[in-house]
Amino acid sequence: MSIMIEGIAASPGICIAKAFKLQHQELHVEKKSIINTAEEIRRFEMMMDKTKTELEGIKAETSQKLGEDKAEIFAAHLLILSDPEFIQPIKDKVTNDSVNAEFALKEVAAMFIGLFENMDNEYMRERAADIRDVTKRLTGHLLGQQVASPNMISEEVVIIAEDLTPSDTAQLNRQYVKGFTTNIGGRTSHSAIMARSMEIPAVVGTKNVMAQIENDMLVIVDGLEGKVIANPTEKEIALYAKKKAAFENQKIEWAKLKNEKTITTDGHQVELAANIGTPADVQGVLENGGEAIGLYRTEFLYMGRSQLPTEEEQFKAYKTVLESMEGKPVVVRTLDIGGDKELHYLDLPKELNPFLGFRAIRLCLSMQDMFRTQLRALLRSSAYGNLKIMFPMIATLDEFRDAKAILLEEKEQLQQMGVQVAENIELGIMVEIPSTAVMADVFAKEVDFFSIGTNDLIQYTLAADRMNERVSYLYQPYNPAILRLIKNVIDAAHNHGKWVGMCGEMAGDEVAIPILLGLGLDEFSMSATSILKARSQISTLSRADMMSIAEKTLVMKNAEEVKQFITSNVLRG
Amino acid sequence: MTEKNYTITSEQGIHARPATVIVGALTNFKSDVKIEYRGKQANLKSIMGVMALGIPNGASIKITADGEDEAQVIKTMDDIMKKEGLAE
Repeated sequence: MSIMIEGIAASPGICIAKAFKLQHQELHVEKKSIINTAEEIRRFEMMMDKTKTELEGIKAETSQKLGEDKAEIFAAHLLILSDPEFIQPIKDKVTNDSVNAEFALKEVAAMFIGLFENMDNEYMRERAADIRDVTKRLTGHLLGQQVASPNMISEEVVIIAEDLTPSDTAQLNRQYVKGFTTNIGGRTSHSAIMARSMEIPAVVGTKNVMAQIENDMLVIVDGLEGKVIANPTEKEIALYAKKKAAFENQKIEWAKLKNEKTITTDGHQVELAANIGTPADVQGVLENGGEAIGLYRTEFLYMGRSQLPTEEEQFKAYKTVLESMEGKPVVVRTLDIGGDKELHYLDLPKELNPFLGFRAIRLCLSMQDMFRTQLRALLRSSAYGNLKIMFPMIATLDEFRDAKAILLEEKEQLQQMGVQVAENIELGIMVEIPSTAVMADVFAKEVDFFSIGTNDLIQYTLAADRMNERVSYLYQPYNPAILRLIKNVIDAAHNHGKWVGMCGEMAGDEVAIPILLGLGLDEFSMSATSILKARSQISTLSRADMMSIAEKTLVMKNAEEVKQFITSNVLRG
Repeated sequence: MTEKNYTITSEQGIHARPATVIVGALTNFKSDVKIEYRGKQANLKSIMGVMALGIPNGASIKITADGEDEAQVIKTMDDIMKKEGLAE
């Protein structure tokens, strides 16, 4: 049985190799009483010099292998070792408390690490890793222990680690290290940035690769989807070998499209947007040529914590995303919790049918304090970019009107307080409930845009629980019933001069794209790493041809027929 | 004692890289050099002190040099601010 582990896609690409677990031995620091403190300080200084010499060496090597800018991190490490505010307190502690240098170092470093980790800026928080890295190196020398390093590897491997320090990543031998995966880290951690510049696939923040993977297990790292598969089956190996080859060939072609518009052969332009969950994802959107953010899932702000996020926390996150997108559209979906996404601190009763239950806008309209907090944070952030807001799970027009009224109330209050709010924030709804898709012409008079959420629209239309494997065959994106609903929504919107996006899996699917293009979809929102591929595909299609192709799929009998028709007439055509 | 005020104009503020350049350049001066932002002061010869201030774009900062080479310190700071695109 293969083991599937999910994490954060930190660096694109695919690799298949044996696991090499990088186990850092724990450096055990004990508190000791020192009588001759002057001698202890001399020893400390000697080991500092030794550590500096070693860092100079790594810096030179990194500069040569990876370039000057990647070596800068070690210049920073060297400065930490020369930092009077760091070194003097350690010496003072040795003298005043008569303790050993290792212990004084540990205490002072812990104070600084704590200081940086508590900053409200992700970038600064990650600087704590630099202090930790330097401290470890120096402690190793003080204890006379060799610190394990990945430069001893001499066969092709995937590195499995709790986390990789900057010095670990810099010492990775590119000839042998094919990719890595870690328990902790995010898209902006050092290891992720280094992996992207080294162009090796990486999946970080998996929480449990160290526990689940043993040395020498065969491991697939899919840095495109953020997946790690250990002990893959023959079938999985074949699938990923194919995926890897295709990725590498096409990467070269796609890179040329990064700054291009998305235009069909006959001059029809559409917008390719990305779905994101956190501000850290924006970098990936820009790197992959995203023209907008079509879905910002705000529930991640609420998850993995013990209480609701404050207005200020939310404001900062939204503002960061809007500013980083530099005026490109950002569609933020208000809290979509419930169903498969629970917030334990809300203490909501268990439901028999959570997907049909008290979730998303239903919950927000009932727990208005929570909803209003989010809306205020959003309204305040609107001054910093091109914000559009959409409500999830709208089933009736009244729900939309109620949510809109609350938004307008909050807007007016903020404006009365003198807070700057953008004047024309477009307001839209997710179309994921069949009743709304059917009534799209009525909604179209009142909303500014629609975003079709196919994952839920499919499960509600075919009445098949997404989480139930026994009915998973009914999850049919190409079912003509779904295509007709989509057509109905797009036509209704266009009749009223409104635009339509799609933010489900379907928007980035190569079989669906030709049909959606033919039906007139304006915005395709997908995972960032799918954008260049989609742009490449669309640039080879003609809108006029796709219109007649789409027309034909609408009257087909089932999903299979649609898929085969597109595969043979468009994909291989 | 010599003082000088700057307004930071770089997108990312004084982040790790320019902080490294500043601290590296000042290490060998004899003067005491301090940087002040929002009433908090740090030793400008300390990389962690500078980074801990978390100076963002648009921040007003004051740099104070005290010692025999204080004039050269300020001149060096002017050069770095310009060269690194940190302030006008």
